Amino acid sequence: MISQFFVLSQRGDHIVFRDYRGEVPKGSAEIFFRKVKFWNDDEAEEAPPVFNVDGVNYIHVKVAGLFFVVTTMVNVSPSLLLELLQRIARVTKDYLGVLSEDSLRKNFILVYELLDEVIDFGYPQTTSTEVLKSYIFNEPIMVDAGRLPPLGPAAMFMQGTKRMPGTAVTKSVVANEPGGKKREEIFVDIIERISVTFSSSGYILTSEIDGTIQMKSYLTGNPEIRLALNEDLSIGRTGSSSYYRSSSGGGAVILDDCNFHESVHLDSFDIDRTLTLIPPDGEFAVMNYRMTQEFKPPFRVTALIEEAGPSRAEVLLKIRADFSANVTANTITVQMPVPSYTMRASFELEAGAVGQTTDFKEGSRRLEWNLKKIVGGSEHTLRAKLTFSQESHGNLTKEAGPVNMNFTIPMYNASKLQVRYLQIAKKSKTYNPYRWVRYVTQANSYVARL
Amino acid sequence: MAPTVPSAAKSASPSQPSGKSEVADLKQQLRQLAGSRAPDADDQRRDVFKRVISCMTAGIDVSAAFGEMVLCSATSDVVTKKMCYLYVGAHARAHPDLALLTINFLQRDCRDQDPTIRGLALRSLCSLRVPNLVEYLVTPLATGLKDPSAYVRMIAAVGAAKLYHISATACIDADLPASLKALMLSDPDAQVVANCLHALQEIWTLEAANSEAAAREIETLYSKPVVFYLLNKIKEFSEWAQCHVLELASKFLPSDNNEIFDIMNLLEDRLQHANGAVVLSTIKVFLHLTMSMTDVHQQVYERIKAPLLTLVGAGSPEQSYSVLCHLHLLVMRAPMLFSSDYKSFYCQFSDPSYVKKLKLEMLTAIANESNTYEIVTELCEYAGNVDVPIARESIRAVGKIALQQYDVNAIVDRLLQFLEMDKDYVTAETLVLVKDLLRKYPQWSHDCIAVVGNISSKNIQEPKGKAALIWMLGEYSQDMHDAPYVLESLVENWDEEHSPEVRLHLLTAVMKCFFKRPPETQKALGATLAAGLSDTHQDVHDRALFYYRLLQYDPAVAERVVNPPKQAVSVFADTQSSEMKDRIFDEFNSLSVVYQKPSYMFTDKEHRGPFEYSEDLTNLAVGAEAPENVISAQRYQENDNDLLLSTSDKEDNGTRASNGSSTSTYNAPSDLIGLSSQTPAETSLINTGGPTYSSQSNFSLDDLLGLGVTEAPAPPPPPALTLNSKPVLDPGTFQRKWGQLALALTQECSLSPQGAASLMNPQSLIRHMQSNHIQCIASGGHPPNYKFFFYAQKDGATAFFLVECIVNTASAKAQLKIKADDGTAAEAFSALFQSALSKFGLS
Repeated sequence: MISQFFVLSQRGDHIVFRDYRGEVPKGSAEIFFRKVKFWNDDEAEEAPPVFNVDGVNYIHVKVAGLFFVVTTMVNVSPSLLLELLQRIARVTKDYLGVLSEDSLRKNFILVYELLDEVIDFGYPQTTSTEVLKSYIFNEPIMVDAGRLPPLGPAAMFMQGTKRMPGTAVTKSVVANEPGGKKREEIFVDIIERISVTFSSSGYILTSEIDGTIQMKSYLTGNPEIRLALNEDLSIGRTGSSSYYRSSSGGGAVILDDCNFHESVHLDSFDIDRTLTLIPPDGEFAVMNYRMTQEFKPPFRVTALIEEAGPSRAEVLLKIRADFSANVTANTITVQMPVPSYTMRASFELEAGAVGQTTDFKEGSRRLEWNLKKIVGGSEHTLRAKLTFSQESHGNLTKEAGPVNMNFTIPMYNASKLQVRYLQIAKKSKTYNPYRWVRYVTQANSYVARL
Repeated sequence: MAPTVPSAAKSASPSQPSGKSEVADLKQQLRQLAGSRAPDADDQRRDVFKRVISCMTAGIDVSAAFGEMVLCSATSDVVTKKMCYLYVGAHARAHPDLALLTINFLQRDCRDQDPTIRGLALRSLCSLRVPNLVEYLVTPLATGLKDPSAYVRMIAAVGAAKLYHISATACIDADLPASLKALMLSDPDAQVVANCLHALQEIWTLEAANSEAAAREIETLYSKPVVFYLLNKIKEFSEWAQCHVLELASKFLPSDNNEIFDIMNLLEDRLQHANGAVVLSTIKVFLHLTMSMTDVHQQVYERIKAPLLTLVGAGSPEQSYSVLCHLHLLVMRAPMLFSSDYKSFYCQFSDPSYVKKLKLEMLTAIANESNTYEIVTELCEYAGNVDVPIARESIRAVGKIALQQYDVNAIVDRLLQFLEMDKDYVTAETLVLVKDLLRKYPQWSHDCIAVVGNISSKNIQEPKGKAALIWMLGEYSQDMHDAPYVLESLVENWDEEHSPEVRLHLLTAVMKCFFKRPPETQKALGATLAAGLSDTHQDVHDRALFYYRLLQYDPAVAERVVNPPKQAVSVFADTQSSEMKDRIFDEFNSLSVVYQKPSYMFTDKEHRGPFEYSEDLTNLAVGAEAPENVISAQRYQENDNDLLLSTSDKEDNGTRASNGSSTSTYNAPSDLIGLSSQTPAETSLINTGGPTYSSQSNFSLDDLLGLGVTEAPAPPPPPALTLNSKPVLDPGTFQRKWGQLALALTQECSLSPQGAASLMNPQSLIRHMQSNHIQCIASGGHPPNYKFFFYAQKDGATAFFLVECIVNTASAKAQLKIKADDGTAAEAFSALFQSALSKFGLS
C-alpha cells in the first residue's frame, strides 16, 4: 500500500507530488531529501534505496538525475515498489520520449494523469503503456532532445555510428510524428554489461556478463514477432560445481540463467531457440541473461607503479584492444588511485595521440586518462611521473590502484549471443517495417589490480 | 510556463509572499472565467488550472481558491476535468461545506455514457474523504460494482475500501463486502478481481478487531477454494496483482503434499519472470510451503539461486539491492548451500557502498574450508581500497572469518601484514581484531605480541584501536618487555586523551600490569589512580575510585578482580537472536528483510518519532471502536504465542499481525521487553574477556558504589483517595474531556533512577500504573522521551482524572498535567499518582 508518490529534482524541488492515502505526516518530501543528501556525511556514503524515518518507509530510485520516491506506512515488498518506480519512469519515458527534469516539468499534468491510473488508493493498477493509452488525454509536449545530456542505455546509440537513427530513441510512443504519419519500426538492442577483474599478473580472476535484450516497438496493430537466437545456445551449468567451464565446445554460448518478459512465449524455445511475442507498446526487456562462462575480454590492461628515487614514482598504463579493427570503442576512461601523499603528477602521452586527455584529481588522489575512441587491435600507453610529499615507505602497490576502466563498444558483444533473425508477421506484401538490431557492450566493473 | 511558477515560489522567503499573491491572482482569473462563454474559455481554464496544480505541487497552499475552482468545474474537457478532480480530492477535507458543491457534477458524471468519465468521477467522489458526504457515495458505488465496464468496476472495488476508511458503518451497512466477494469470485476481468481482493483484505482486517464474522471472512480468503481459484488465473493478472495473489498463497496452509506440489508446478515458470517482485513472491510461496519438508526445502534453495543471481545482475542498482538483501537472508540461513557461489558476492567497482557491505557479510558467512583462502585473498585486496568505510569492513570481515575458522594460521599472518600497511584506519581496525582473536586463540599471543609490540601508540588516533592496544599491553604485560613504560608514557599524557573509553582501558591495563610486574609499574599506578580520581568523566572517576578502595581493602582481592584466570571465548555472542531471524524469514519479501528487523520494530507507533503524539489521540478517536487496552492485550497474547509456536504454525499469526493497518495503534509486543532486559546480560558475557564496558553496565557500577539510590526521593505518604480498579473510558470521550476540562494542576516530579533505567519502552510503565489502578489510553515516544495519557476514576464516583505525563529517562523527571472532573480532588490524585510513579522500578 503506497501512501505517496513524488518526483524530486536534484535540488529537492517537487516536480510531481501525489498523496494517495493521506496518512503520512506533512513534509515527507523534505524529510526524504534531507536524509538522502546527508545520509552519512562523514563517510560520504550513499543512502540506500530503502529506509525508514519515524515510521515512514521511503523507497526511491534515481532515474535521469531525478528521485522517484514512494512512501508507505506498512511492511510491503521493497522489490515490488522498486520495480514499480522503475516502471513508472519507463512509462513516463514512453509518453514523453525523453525523461528529464525539463520534460517532466513541461508535462506534469500528463504525469498526474498517468499516476492516477497507475496507482489507486496505494494499490498498483496497470503499468502497460498500451492499456494506459485509452485513459490518457493530455498530449505530450516534446522537448528538444538535442539539448539534453544523453541518459540511459539507449543513449549510447546516439553517438558514433551513423546507421542509427538518432531521434528514434527519444521518440514518444504515443505522439504522432511531425509529418502526421508514424514510421513503422522496431528496435532490438542487445546490451551487455561486463565485469572483469584482472590479477596483478594479468590473470582473469572473475568475469561475468549481465545482458539484456531490449525492445522498443513503434509497430501499429501489434503484429507477432519471432526472435531467433543462436541455435547452440544452452542455459544452465549442469553438474559441474567449478565456476568456469571450458569453452572448447566450438564457441557455444552457455548462459548461466535467464528470465523473460511476460509477453514472451517459450513454446519453441527449447527446440529452435526462438522467442515468440506480441510486443506491447513502449520499451521493455524481452530477456535478461547472465553468463560466467569464460570469454575474451575486449581490453587487456597493464598497470605498473615503480619507485623512481626518494619521494618519486613512475606509473605506466597500457591498454590493448583485443577486438576486430572494424569495431571502435568510445568514451573510454581509465582511473587509477595513487598514494594519498601524492602532490603532483606529470603525464607523458604516446607520440601522435589524438583525442586523449589526462588529469590528476587532487581531491580523490587519482589519475584519469580519457580516450575518445580506441580502434580494435590498437594499443595505447600512458606514462606518469608522481611527486610525493613524503618518502614512500615500502610497498607502493599496496598504496595505489586498482585501475578501473569504463567504456562503450557499439556493435560488439562479448557473449557472442546473437539475434539470428527478427521476423514480423506480415500484414500485407508491402508491409516492411524498419528493423534495427543493435549490439553494445559496456563496462560494469572492469578492474586491473596492481 | 509551468516550470517558472514553482521555481519562483522556491526562491521566495518562508512566508512566501509571491505564493500568496500568486494565489490571489489565480482566484481573480478563475472568477472571471467562471461564467465565461468565450470560445477560448476552455483553453484559458486549462491554463489556469495547470498553474493551480503547479502551485499545489510546489507546496503552496492553494486551498483558498477552492470556491473558485468549484465554480469553474463545469466543463466537458476531460483534461480540465481531471485537473479539477485532482484539486478537489486534495482540498475537500479542508472545505467540507464547499465540497458539497462538487457532489452534483460528480454524481452526474457517474452516470455519463462514457465509461472513462464514469470511472473518473467515481474515483474522485470516493477520494473526497469528507465524512458528511458519505450518503452520496453509497449508491454510485453499489451501481459502479455492477457497471458493464470493467474499468468502472475496478475503480468501484477500490472505492469500497476508501468508503470504509471514511465511514466503516456506511460501508458495512450497504453490504459492500458481500458484493466485493461475489465479484472477486466471478468477474471476468483480472484487475477487478485483484482490486476486490485488496479491498476485502483491507476492510476485513480492520473490521476483525470488533467483529468475529470479519475474522472468519479473512480465514476464507486463505482457504483452498479461493487460493486455488486465484492461482489458476495467475497469468491473467498484471505483474503487481500477481505479487499480491502470491503473497496470499504464501499464507495458505496446504492439507497434504500433493497440494504443495500442485502449487509449485503451477508457479514454476514464475521464477523466470523478468520482474524481481514476482520472482521473490514466488520464492516466498515455495519456501513457506516446503517448510516441513527438509529435502524439498533444500532443493528449493538450489532452484532459486540462479534466478536470484540473474536478478541481481539485471536492472537498476536499487532493484538489485533489494534482491541482494533477500539473498543475504538466505545465505545467512544456509551458508553451506552457497559456499561454491562465493565469486558472485565479490564486490564490483561500481557497487554502491550499501551493496558492498551486504556482500562482505555474505562472503564472511559462506567462508569454509574449501573457499577461505580465495575469499580472504579477495578481502585483503579491498583493505587497501580508496573507499575507507569498505576497507574497514573488509578488515573486520577477515577477522570474523578468522574467528569462525579452525585453521586460522594463514589468516593471522594476513592480519599482521595489515599492520605493516601503515594506514591509520587499517592499523586501528586490525588491532581491534587481533585483540578479539587473542581472546579466542590465546595460543597465538606469541606471534601477535611480537608484531603489536612494534607499534607505537602515538601513531594510533582512533579510540577503538588505541583501547585494543592498551588492553593487549595490560593483558600480556609479562610478555611485552616495555609494557610498563609504554603504559607509563600513556598515563603522562592522560589529559590529552579525549576518549573516556581509552582512559578506562588505561586504568585497567595499568592495574593488570601492576600485579604482573609490580616494581616497574608502581609509579605509573599511583599516577594513574590520581589522574583517574580527578577525571571529570563519571565512569572513569568511579572506576579509579573503585580500584583505589579495592587496593586499600586487600591487594589480593584486587588481583583476583582484575587478573582472574580467563577462559578463551569459544563463541562471540550473536547480535541477533534466532527468534528474530525466524521472524524476518517469515516476513520474506518485505521491508523487514532490508532493515534486518522484524516488522513490529518499525511499524509500531512506539518505535516512531515523537512528533506523532498528538496524532495518536486523533487516530484513536477515529479508528478504535474497541477500547485501546483490549487491542493491546490481544497483541501481547498473539506475540507471546508467536514465540512459542513452531515455525510452521507461526506463519499464520505473524503475518496477520503485520497485516494490521497502520491506523490502528498497537503497542510493542511484550517480547521486546524480554529482549532489552537480556541485552545487559549479553554484554557482560562478552565483557568477561576484556574490559569493554558498555553504557548499560554503568548502572550496576553506580549501584555498587552506592550512588543514585540515596538520591531517590522518599515516597510521599499514601494519600486517602482510593481509585476504581476497573474504570472504563473510551478514547473519544477522553479526547473530548481533555479538550473541555481546564488544567487543574501542573507538576514536575522525579522517577527513581532504577525506574528511569528500566523504562526501556512505555509498556513497563503502563503495566506498573495499571497495578495502581491508573490506566493508560495512549503512549508513544523514543528513549529518552516518552509521553503518556493516563486516566483514573475515583472509587464509587463517576468523576475521572486525566493525566498527560511526559517522562525523560535521562534526567529521571516527569512533567504532569492533570485535569479532573472534580477539581477539588486533583491535589489528592496528584499525590497518589506521584507516589505510584516514584515506586516504579523499585518493586
